[in-house]
Formats: sequence, C-alpha cells, structure tokens
Amino acid sequence: MTDVIIAGIGQTAVNEHWDVSLRELGLFALEAAVRDAGGLKPQALFVGNMLAPNLSRQAHLGALLADFAGLTGIEAVTVEAAGASGGAALRQGYLAVKSGLVDAALVVGVEKFTDVVGSEVEAALSTASDSDFEAMQGMTPTAQAALLMRRYTHEYNVPADGFAGFALTAHANGAGNKNAMFQKAIKPDTYTRASMVSDPVNMFDAAPLADGAAAVLLTRPDLLPPGFPHPLVRIAGSATASDTLALHDRKDMLFFEAAYLSTGKAVKQAGITLDQVDFFEYHDAFSIYAALSLESSGFSIRGHGWKLAADNRITRDGSLPCATMGGLKARGYPGGATGVYQAVEAATQLRGQAGANQLANIRYGMIQSLGGPASTAVTHILEKVS
Amino acid sequence: MEIARHWRLKQQRYGLVGEVCPHCDVKIFPPRDVCPECGGEAKTLYTFSGKGEVYSYTTIYEAPAGYDETAPYTVALVKLEEGPLVTAQLTDVDEESVQIGMPVEMVTRKLRQDGDERGMLVYGYKFRKST
Repeated sequence: MTDVIIAGIGQTAVNEHWDVSLRELGLFALEAAVRDAGGLKPQALFVGNMLAPNLSRQAHLGALLADFAGLTGIEAVTVEAAGASGGAALRQGYLAVKSGLVDAALVVGVEKFTDVVGSEVEAALSTASDSDFEAMQGMTPTAQAALLMRRYTHEYNVPADGFAGFALTAHANGAGNKNAMFQKAIKPDTYTRASMVSDPVNMFDAAPLADGAAAVLLTRPDLLPPGFPHPLVRIAGSATASDTLALHDRKDMLFFEAAYLSTGKAVKQAGITLDQVDFFEYHDAFSIYAALSLESSGFSIRGHGWKLAADNRITRDGSLPCATMGGLKARGYPGGATGVYQAVEAATQLRGQAGANQLANIRYGMIQSLGGPASTAVTHILEKVS
Repeated sequence: MEIARHWRLKQQRYGLVGEVCPHCDVKIFPPRDVCPECGGEAKTLYTFSGKGEVYSYTTIYEAPAGYDETAPYTVALVKLEEGPLVTAQLTDVDEESVQIGMPVEMVTRKLRQDGDERGMLVYGYKFRKST
C-alpha cells in the first residue's frame, strides 16, 4: 500500500481570539496547509472538533468549513472523540489516503472555547464524561484528573512538587514557539506557589483552554507537486483504541490501557521499537496525564513517569524530548484541534523547521491524542523520509 | 428538562440499585447489562448496602452550570463494600478531614438545580462519613 505524506501544515496561534469566529479560525489553518503543500487540491475534509455544537451552537462543521473555504462538493465530515477529536480526524484522513480511495485529504482541527465563559464551559466539557453517572454528580474533567493524581501520589509516594518538571519543560519550550499561548519559561517556585484548581491539581498542572485551529494535508508521494519544497514526512504508524468512558468503571485506573494499545499497534506498524522514538508529543491536558501516558506507552515503568520530568529527561536535550513546542500546557489546549497541532509540530521538527526549538538528529516522532482520561487514545508515528 | 431521563434513573439515584451477574456473582454499579468480568448477560437487579470507603477525592471550585450554587464541593471515587467504584459527592463533611480510606455511607441529597425554565430539582445519592 501507498505511503501517506504530510504534504502541508498550517496553524493559527493558540489564544483567546475574541475577534475571530469558529469558521474563520478553521479557514486560516486550512488555507495555510493548502498553500504549504503547493496548492494541492483536497478531495476530502475531516474536521476534528469537540464542542462546537455546545459552545457555538454550530454542528455540521464538515459542510460549514468546506463551504466557507470554497470547497463545496467535496466529502466533508466532523470526527468527534472529545479531546482526541484532532487525533481521530487525522486517523480518518490517513485511512482515506492509505486506502487509495482519496488522493488528498485535508484534516482540520478547530475549537472555539471563548464564545462562552465560566460555568457554561465547565458544563460543556463535562458532556465528554459519563453524563448519567459522572457529570450528574457535578464532576468536571479537572476533577477527574485530580482524582487520578491524588491516587497516583498516594500509591507511589510522589513528593509535593513531583510533577513540576512537566510544566517547567512545557513553558521552556513554549518560549520558542510563536504560536504558543505562553511564551515564557517559568521558575520552579512559580510551580510550587501556584494556587490549587482542584487539589492536588494546581494551576500549572492544568493546560489552559483556548481557541485555535491546525490543519494538515495528506497525500501520496506520487501526487506531490513538482519541486515540492519540504523534506518529506510520512505517517509510519497510526492506531486508535478505547477504554471505559467513566473512571469508576476501570479495573486499574492508574494505567491508560488505550494509550498502551494504540502505542503498541502504531509502533509495530512503523516497524520500529519504542527506543527508536526520538521525541514524544504527549497530551498533557493535566500533568498526571503526561505521567500516565509515558508509563502506559512504555517509556517508563509504572509509578516512575513523573521522574522522567523531574530528572530532566524530557527536555529538548534529554533522552526523550516531550512537548517540544510547549505541549498543551504552554502552547495551549484548543480542544479537538490539539491532535492536529501535535501533527503540525512533529512535522515541523522532522522537516527541520522548528527554529530555536529544533531537535538534532531525529527520524521518528510519536504523537498521542487523548479523549478524557484516555477513554480514547490515538497514536501516530511520523517519520522523516530519507 | 430531561424529566424522562431522571425518572428512568430513579432506582439508581435513590436506591443505589445495580446488578449482580448470575454467572459469576460479580456486583455491578452503575448497571451495564453485560458483566465486565465474564461477558455474560447480567440483568439481575441488586441493591447495594451504600457502605464503602473513599478511594480518591478532590474539591471542585469552578463548577459546571447547575452546580455553581453549591460550589465548592468535594467529589470522590467511593469503593463500595461489594466491590464497584462509584463517582459521588461527599456531603456533611469538613473537606480538610477527608482521607483516602475514610469509611462513608450513602445518603440522598439534592444534586442539582435547573436554573432554566422549570426549576426542577434533581435528587440522588451522595456519601457522608460513617463510623
């Protein structure tokens, strides 16, 4: 079967875009990706979005964005898997091109959080959990993360500032990303002094929700326009897996089974071993999720994921650089667009276009998009084609 | 809003009624009709004792719409003595005194208020410290 190449990438800055609408955000990223791919024409559009029907009272984003972009007529649908919507849309675009049925597929992740504020946002976010048995108790995604972090800290005796390394790394990397929401490194005592959001999750353990859109254009190598200007990046592995929706239904909640399953499949498909992964864009919506992703994906033994951060092993010069453009924590967390941002950022690294944040001697990057507490996990391996 | 939905869940909300698997005797809450242990059909109703202990907990300050009136409040994963975990608010407790392993029991309390047109109140289970 054919290789699937990431031919074009585009993104908006992640921020509170009060003056920009949902459709304008999507269009900006979409046009940037098409331009970057040398004007390649897409035949299909997969939109990753989490909450537009709720936050913007706008469903049917496939038709909306295709129409707004002047692409009326093409296949266009929305893919939803909560926070993993972007990764899930990328997977659909990959499958479409890989199958040979679609020559070029656009994948756009878009999220517009700031059309509502406060408790309405919390209510919308909680629809991604078990509505009857979690949300009805007043639960929120932050509280879910706090329940996991409390239990993790209890079982593994993690010190009070044990998770600080995740925020420190993210913010140090955000400083080199002009599209990041936060572009300033923080000091260890900034973490220690941060106020609690939902104990033990403090402000620097939780990624900031913000608006943003990112896009990739996928195609086959033989369809690239003549004189294609970028080093080729291909999708070498792609997999998705699910776990129980509610935390209370898990037999072992300190292990992200879906992250384990999708990583195993994606790595196997890429024909590599985990130690060949040069960097990892994890889904650090909360620092506990970064720790559990590292462990469940196999980069750390159980209970030691936080130590990779504490021991500076996930920094840009560490053994496994993570969140290399700031991650969700510093780049910002634009909901269902996030998984597509990860693809754009990993492709940027593999092309050698990451500027101040450029990693040296890299061939394989792994990206992982999570929905809720990894009720969905989508994992891709990107490879620089030599 | 959603009157039929709340009515449908009344046995769970007011009575902590789950299921027991007729094949392997595993107790199930919330009900899911297919046994998570053996995969067999499990539709036999089972009423839980309502006793358990705190498995994990946290406090919510920024609450979803419908819950803002009662914020801040403490939510927990409660390990029921029959086995399953349940997500629930803790009530009648000083949040500083909550600990993992603390024994708790089910009580019925107001869960949320519909701020919108009908003003309907939703009642259901919460847990309080037991001795």
